[in-house]
Amino acid sequence: MAINPEEIAAPINFTLNGEKVVAQEGETLLDVAKQNDIDIPQLCYSDRQGAAGNCRACVVEIDGERVLAPSCCRQPSEGMNVQSNSERAVKSQKMVVELLKSDVSDKPHTLNSELDYWAGKLDIGLPRFDARHQAEADNSHPAIAVNMDACIQCTRCVRACRDEQNNDVIGLALRGTHTQIVFDLDDPMGESTCVACGECVEACPTGALMPANDVGMVEPDRKVDSGCPFCGVGCQMTYNVKDDKIISVEGRDGPSNKGRLCVKGRYGFDYVHHPHRLTKPLIRRDDAPKSAEFSMDPNDVDKIFREATWEEALDLAAGGFNKIRDEQGPNALAGFGSAKGSNEEAYLFQKLVRTGFKTNNVDHCTRLCHASSVVALLECLGSGAVSNPVSDVEKAEVIVIIGSNPTVNHPVGATWMKNAMRRGTKLILMDPRTTELSRQATHHVAFKPGSDVPMLNAIMHTIIEEDLIDPAFIAERTEGFEAMKDHLKSYTPEMMEPICGVPADTLKQVARLYATSQGSMILWGMGVSQHVHGTDNARCLISLALMTGQIGRPGTGLHPLRGQNNVQGASDMGLIPMVFPDYQPVDDEKAHAYFEELWGCELDNNPGLTVVEIMRAIHKGDLTGLYVQGENPAMSDPDANHARESMSELEHMVVQDIFLTETAYLADVVLPASAYSEKTATFTNTDRLVQIGRQAVPPPGDARQDLWIIQEMARRLGLDWNYKNSQEVFEEVRKAVPTMAGMTWQRLENEGSIVYPCLKEGDPGDDVIFTEHFERDNGLGRFVPADIVPPAERPDAEYPFVLITGRMLEHWHTGSMTRRSNVLDALEPEAVATINPISLDEMGVAPGEMITLSTRRGEISMIARADESVPTGAVFMAFCYYEAAVNKLSNAALDPSAKIPEFKYCAVKVTPGGEAMQFHSYGGGQSDNKLM
Amino acid sequence: MSKQEISARKAGNKLKLPRAVGKGRQVDPKALAEVQALLGEESRQKDLLIEHLHKIQDAYKHISAAHLVALAREMKLSKAEVYEVATFYHHFDIVKEGETPPPALTVRVCESLTCEMKGAHDLISSLEDGMGDGVRVQKVPCVGRCDKAPIAVVGMNPIEHADVAKVEAAVESKSISPEIIEPIEFDTYLKKGGYETYQLCVNGTYNVDKVLDAMDDSGLRGLGGAGFPAGRKWRIVRGMPEPKLMAVNIDEGEPGTFKDKYYLERDPHCFLEGTLIAAWAVGINDIYIYLRDEYAAIRDSLEQEIAKLKANPPVQRLPEIHLRRGAGAYICGEESAMIESIEGKRGMPRLRPPFVAEVGLFGRPTLEHNMESLYWVRDILEKGPACLTDHGRNGRVGLRSFSVSGRVNKPGVHLADAGITMKELIDEYCGGMQDGHEFYGYFPGGASGGMLPASMGNIPLDFDTLNEYGCFIGSAAVVVFSNQDSARKLAVNAMKFFEEESCGQCTPCRVGTAKAVTLMEKEDWDEDLLEELSDVMIDSSICGLGQAAPNPVRSVMKYFAEELGKGELK
Repeated sequence: MAINPEEIAAPINFTLNGEKVVAQEGETLLDVAKQNDIDIPQLCYSDRQGAAGNCRACVVEIDGERVLAPSCCRQPSEGMNVQSNSERAVKSQKMVVELLKSDVSDKPHTLNSELDYWAGKLDIGLPRFDARHQAEADNSHPAIAVNMDACIQCTRCVRACRDEQNNDVIGLALRGTHTQIVFDLDDPMGESTCVACGECVEACPTGALMPANDVGMVEPDRKVDSGCPFCGVGCQMTYNVKDDKIISVEGRDGPSNKGRLCVKGRYGFDYVHHPHRLTKPLIRRDDAPKSAEFSMDPNDVDKIFREATWEEALDLAAGGFNKIRDEQGPNALAGFGSAKGSNEEAYLFQKLVRTGFKTNNVDHCTRLCHASSVVALLECLGSGAVSNPVSDVEKAEVIVIIGSNPTVNHPVGATWMKNAMRRGTKLILMDPRTTELSRQATHHVAFKPGSDVPMLNAIMHTIIEEDLIDPAFIAERTEGFEAMKDHLKSYTPEMMEPICGVPADTLKQVARLYATSQGSMILWGMGVSQHVHGTDNARCLISLALMTGQIGRPGTGLHPLRGQNNVQGASDMGLIPMVFPDYQPVDDEKAHAYFEELWGCELDNNPGLTVVEIMRAIHKGDLTGLYVQGENPAMSDPDANHARESMSELEHMVVQDIFLTETAYLADVVLPASAYSEKTATFTNTDRLVQIGRQAVPPPGDARQDLWIIQEMARRLGLDWNYKNSQEVFEEVRKAVPTMAGMTWQRLENEGSIVYPCLKEGDPGDDVIFTEHFERDNGLGRFVPADIVPPAERPDAEYPFVLITGRMLEHWHTGSMTRRSNVLDALEPEAVATINPISLDEMGVAPGEMITLSTRRGEISMIARADESVPTGAVFMAFCYYEAAVNKLSNAALDPSAKIPEFKYCAVKVTPGGEAMQFHSYGGGQSDNKLM
Repeated sequence: MSKQEISARKAGNKLKLPRAVGKGRQVDPKALAEVQALLGEESRQKDLLIEHLHKIQDAYKHISAAHLVALAREMKLSKAEVYEVATFYHHFDIVKEGETPPPALTVRVCESLTCEMKGAHDLISSLEDGMGDGVRVQKVPCVGRCDKAPIAVVGMNPIEHADVAKVEAAVESKSISPEIIEPIEFDTYLKKGGYETYQLCVNGTYNVDKVLDAMDDSGLRGLGGAGFPAGRKWRIVRGMPEPKLMAVNIDEGEPGTFKDKYYLERDPHCFLEGTLIAAWAVGINDIYIYLRDEYAAIRDSLEQEIAKLKANPPVQRLPEIHLRRGAGAYICGEESAMIESIEGKRGMPRLRPPFVAEVGLFGRPTLEHNMESLYWVRDILEKGPACLTDHGRNGRVGLRSFSVSGRVNKPGVHLADAGITMKELIDEYCGGMQDGHEFYGYFPGGASGGMLPASMGNIPLDFDTLNEYGCFIGSAAVVVFSNQDSARKLAVNAMKFFEEESCGQCTPCRVGTAKAVTLMEKEDWDEDLLEELSDVMIDSSICGLGQAAPNPVRSVMKYFAEELGKGELK
């Protein structure tokens, strides 16, 4: 884009330490000094937290000014004469460092104290001043040690917590010499609202805030630039490795995280070293029958499995599938790939199922999270991808967040939203729960669970009624508006008010705000998608954007927040039963021919079965062999008892995973695989960014890389595969997925990430898509009307509460990884369900006591946690607890279009008491029980 | 797979139970209801945080942790944001679980310069011994009544020339209300031609340029201490983009200063009229008046008089006047710290540039004035600039309101010529030195303006005239001390005051004042180190507090050197 030359401010010429130097507009003296290799001490300034000008270590002398100026805050003016090395300036710089040195204790907490660095550089000896009275250490937090004897009150931690992550936990209390860094109301860190993102630890220049257990005093052997294994935000990070163990993690300047991380990313890395890791192939004992009614006992594995060599295990694993395929036909087989695996693994896995099993019965957990969003997006816009990256919220005027709790599930993504709101962006939060973001929301629309469609229809009704539509956009870029308009006529806000529980006036205000802003961006999560009307919910959101023209520009659009770190990539790679890679329908002739040629074999042209359909097919006896790579349906599928029963009925099941999951318990053969940090491969985040993850540590024992295992399986299924590494697979992916065709491995290595579409080599990639046209054949967006479909199972006298399932900040998905992380386990050691304190009070249950949840499908007991964020009459529970697996209770009712189950709504009974759980924490995280 | 026993089930392991509630402190429903009742229908906007904290403190005589959490919820602030503000200000008593709330009644005894000279510390010790559990005795910095030192404030009732008997009597009779003051009230002010000048401005009889010229001609300079020409300030802010705001500084906290209080006790509307004229001339629709919490009687009076003014506005559209209450922080007398405080934050000075006139209150261009600067506006317009320029001596022009306290016979506010010398002021206005006291030295400008010996009592007192001596007149708070006093001891008092009152933001001031106190309390002063430290505090502190804090210690080394090297304190 050409920049108007008049808009470029003239550079500023001035003198720094006697040299003529040049500054660009907006640059500080410190910036210019750095560019000219002039060292100026600095402590409160950092690139991430910016300038505060409080430490005064960076003061410089400016001709004509009465006092010295902080170079971190001061911008030069034309002709200014500045000295950072004059006697006067250096005297102050040294005195500041000496004063601070005199106040910190001698005990080091980090190997990289910036204060010590500058004290050495400025040649400061023993301070000439008496020390202050030192604060006691606060070791109340399992992840972070607070040693205020090293604190210099520079407020970098405050700015990291408040301005950067917007967690607002750290404050600067009292004043004068008493000034101190506090958590909440000067509470111990471990008892505060701290979410342990660790940003303060990374910000602290002196070690006052450090990883617990003196990790900061260990010099790593190597640092490996890689990525985070957890959510779809796709944070880049660096693993610090000592003796082939990851000892700590640092945030890296990736496009989606800019160095920020959350508690899982920063402290949840050590699951890879947990003693539960599978290190040898396992084969089920003949005397260990499969039963859905098992209880996990990780210490008693020998009763069920025996160790085997890779040869024996692979032969048995592949042999079982060969036999079924040959005897019962390909459709008796299915495979579950994983959104946790890499693009290359996903690609090879679906290729194995399609060309080795010779069936399209391949699916993965996207079915359980965003299948409905993808169906609606493909139907209405022709592409399942997000239109804009999360960070585009910074350019929006209005943000709509619906059915998503990003501070918990996409914590780093949420920081961009909170940053935007701090700068004045308006938030419309649509959520029955009063989540963390509600504090910053302009409108918190707490609608009744399950009433998304009537609410959204009423909002669209208002937009049409008040003529807030974008007629030009509708005319040029969409079809089906007239039918939509007719459809919406009856959905007046007044009529919908009692149905969705939101005042008509609020619905109207929200409609106006959304429609009339310069840019409105909608982000949604599983609260939208996981319903029997999940596809309808997404259709409504798309229609909302289309009728107001709020899509196709920076700062406005649609973003379904992806859950798993590679759910976007796994879908792109074709781990979906109806489509080949790049969403090419298996029953499309052209696509079919293309892939038959690419893969050099015949392919089935019938769409395969989805996750829940596969479970049902097993139960009916139609499907008898299942290959599961890195998925845990025994925990993640709805009505999990049923899923477990189904799997226990399989003739042959192979599970490839890093732990003996609840699913692996039902396997015939278990293949020990590799974790994220044990392989080099690519992963695609929620923003369509393809990013490279690099191997930091070797897999433990005889565990192998997944790519190797899949290939060994493929060879035994009759496929002649010889991919040496991810790079070679990636080269084939480029042929299978045109939107990634322009990406080279070399460029990924160099840049770390590339956004698609990237059609040909050299393409920069597009952050924002749909700018000119949509991806449907005619290029138009399509309005698809949605009617009210009630939830499948509504509360009644016997089951009077609504059960909402989801995730929690500290635990990932089914908990197999995070519950084996020391820190995360210590933070959330066992099963809890959250209930509004009023509801608890009515039942006569004190917070912290046991309760029992039962539905028509099962019963579990756990500890009740009082939490006002949950509306009265509802219970929220995360599905990460094997000892109280809430998916045993959830309803497997499916959305008709996307086949996604209704995880977000079923009727439940809550009763006081219950049998205490036999097992809970894996025990690693509690301070006196450390495993490693 | 490792055979290592998984410790969760090991005998003897203490496993932590999960939290029974959400993270961190939860909102207590009772405390929430109490806070909601106190706040009523009032706005929950963030800048009202300090106002709302006052409501809780006033009602409960302390602020419990539960109330802080409830207030945070109610105002949609984080707990840390509320806590850091509440703990910044001395007038909020934060009581956490397990801590004992302070007694319902507090006796605040001033321990600043003049009060210390007049025996505040003996009074404090006696009161601490004698008052019993029902009363808290608190040492506080200057309460702005130095002419009647020592001062003890019982509840809100200031006891002048306090002694144990007077304090006990007040406590016993529960005389805890603010003193009675009798200012010129709205009706009387109107009858005497009040607000006519303002009307002439608004109705167009006076044009803005003329008024600005008159301000320039009068030579009026900012009387809070900085001495910036008032007319020029008006012109600068007038040229700034809309909307512009005005902030009036009545956080008179410099030890020794009580002139603003003096004028407000007598003629508040003269100040308000000047304020409204300034707002008119500069083009301002919102005026924020920041009054120090210690002036309870004036607060009551201003609230009433502003209400009367709003009820009967002299012009059609009166600018909005917001009266904000300080909470015990000297630093909020610094213009940008005051702005932070009005915004409901910790009173931490901002870095400049940008200057308040460009980016001030709520990020808007702001006209900030000391109360007294505005007090003179009406006279300037009605009587002409000569009402000021006709005065002055020793080559200086104008009038200065000297707050004089210490060892003189007639302490108090004396309106005298700019340029008057200390000796002239003592002789002509203060009735000479007290019996038995020989003029030894003086603070020309409160604790921060440095100290000069009697031998230098012939220097004209005005802005700029003392710079070469390492001193300044500031708000013209003159504390006179005698041969009965120790300059060194007074300098320690001043440095302790700065240590207490430093906002804690920048290293030279936060750490420097503390280290200076330690050095100054030693028998032998390390003069080289004190001098080096002073240089850095002056050169590198963010604001005037840290930059001026070394003035007294340097004065002692320079002018009272005979008190050093003798070992013991006098």
